[in-house]
Amino acid sequence: MNRTHRSVVLTALAAAAILAACRRQQEPAPVPEPAPAPVETCDQRCRDSIAAAEAATRRRADSIEAANRAAADLARRIEAAKAALTARVLFDYDQSEIRADQRAILDQKLPVLRANPGIRLLVSGHADERGSDEYNIALGQQRAAAVRRYLTDNGIDPSRIQITSYGEERPATTGTDENAYAQNRRAEFEVVAGGENITPP
Amino acid sequence: MRLSVRRAGGLVLMVAVALATGAVVAHAQDTTRGVRLGLRYTPGTKPGVLVLPANGELGDSARAILQRDFDYGDRINVVTIDASALETPAGSSAQGQYNYPLYARLGAVAVVHPSVTASGIHIAVHDVTTQRIERVREFRLEGEALTPEWRLSLHEVADEVEFWITGERGVSATRILYENGGRIWQIDSDGANPTPLTPVSAAMSPTWHPRATHIAYAARGERDLRIMLRESGGATRVVAGSPGSQYFSPTFGPDGNTLVYARAGEDGATDLYAINPFAPGPPRKITVGRGRASNSPSFSPDGRRIAYMSDRGGTQEIYISDADGTNAEILTPFRFGDQRERSGPDWSPDGRLIAFQGKIDGRFQLFTVSPRDRSPRQHTNDGSNEDPSWAPDSRHLVFASTRTGSRQLFVLDIESGRVRQLTRSGGARLAAWSPLLRGR
Repeated sequence: MNRTHRSVVLTALAAAAILAACRRQQEPAPVPEPAPAPVETCDQRCRDSIAAAEAATRRRADSIEAANRAAADLARRIEAAKAALTARVLFDYDQSEIRADQRAILDQKLPVLRANPGIRLLVSGHADERGSDEYNIALGQQRAAAVRRYLTDNGIDPSRIQITSYGEERPATTGTDENAYAQNRRAEFEVVAGGENITPP
Repeated sequence: MRLSVRRAGGLVLMVAVALATGAVVAHAQDTTRGVRLGLRYTPGTKPGVLVLPANGELGDSARAILQRDFDYGDRINVVTIDASALETPAGSSAQGQYNYPLYARLGAVAVVHPSVTASGIHIAVHDVTTQRIERVREFRLEGEALTPEWRLSLHEVADEVEFWITGERGVSATRILYENGGRIWQIDSDGANPTPLTPVSAAMSPTWHPRATHIAYAARGERDLRIMLRESGGATRVVAGSPGSQYFSPTFGPDGNTLVYARAGEDGATDLYAINPFAPGPPRKITVGRGRASNSPSFSPDGRRIAYMSDRGGTQEIYISDADGTNAEILTPFRFGDQRERSGPDWSPDGRLIAFQGKIDGRFQLFTVSPRDRSPRQHTNDGSNEDPSWAPDSRHLVFASTRTGSRQLFVLDIESGRVRQLTRSGGARLAAWSPLLRGR
């Protein structure tokens, strides 16, 4: 019987202890704590994922910027190619030979023409106003033909280069001094086909 | 001054009346064409001619036009006098009385008396020396008064009367083609009625058919210059042209069925070609320039020779050859150190001279040269002077000049050196003087 009593007491004590523990657990916190900051709630893994996302965003921005840079560069190269194609060539008085200092202007057209087989050019020859009006038609044609010959001698298909002459009818600049005349003795270049999607060389 | 002239006229009247009888009964005979008055025209001597006032307002206009035509012809010295001095009985012909001594005092050797009639104009020409009526004729005038047609038929009258008086037909019944603002224009020989004939098409280098039934000129098509043929009625078609080549400076042969033009080809060379613009057929190549330029052709009046500009020798010179291009020879020989550009030849209708432009001190001046003796004669100094074209009288040249600023057309009498301005607005160049437009 004694043993039994002891056992009951122990059981009761244990129960009391459990109850006490339970009561303690059910008590509300005496002071509500402030809402924890997210970073405080973010563990290492969370922080890692944020960093990864930020890196991805940065990479995306970098690639857009790079793409923009590339596009701008391409546009610039296309513009440069167009400018090279249409750059004027100047001539000496009553001459249709390509001047040594004008060859580079023609040479810059060659890679553009090679990279864009669809491009066709119209070369127009012009004269200053000092020669006779009718002879200047002939002279303009000689200049346009000399330019065409230079391009075809450098491998450009003749069918891609059309020529015409305007004589002295379309001066680039008005004026009656040598500077104006020099600007007017020229060949001009117009892209008449294949100019929509130029591939820069 | 006027008073004294009147008084003198009044005094002379007494004498004139006394002498008049014989004159007024002089038989008005319409002598056959080509018979001259008692006057002989010699170069450098211009007979004085007085044109009496004609009846009515229209008469005033007709008289003014006749006087101007005689003046512009440079063969007649038009005697001018205050009209009031002639309106008195002393000067007028109201009663068929002519004051020959007064006319003689004024320096007139002939008197032209026009009278406007219902259908035209009646002209009486008096020889002041013999005090006789030498010729009379009534001319029909076409169209409404003062229209271009009317004026042209009055110019024909002036040309015929000039022939009666001087033995040389006037050239007032002509028109001149030129370029202005990309169009071909036409203007009367006296500067009246400037009229555009073509749309704006970068047109240039007009030329007349020898019978004035057509004109030819160069005009830009989509891109290149082509030769256009325009009937006087206005119908126009392309007679020569191809993409990439420039066709320009057309000229007709005197047969009217040959058209020679310059073609600047895709190889850059410019050569002359001939076609019959009224019958299809391949062009005949005339010059072989070997890559150089030959352009601005002009036929000799017999059609057997052509003059043209070529730089085949290195500088621009005038060449002449047979019409098929053979027997070419240089007309304006190159001289060492002489870099003048000679171009734009036009062979005179009488065959004696070739007019062209040559450069002196950076400016073009007009020259003429005889195909025989080949010594050029310079005719201009002032401004830049280009594109000469002969009148049918082989004495007057129309040309473009910058002497008054913008490029305008002027007419030069190569015998007296007298120059008059023809156009006055815009710019004008590349003139072509028509043949006589009789009966048109």
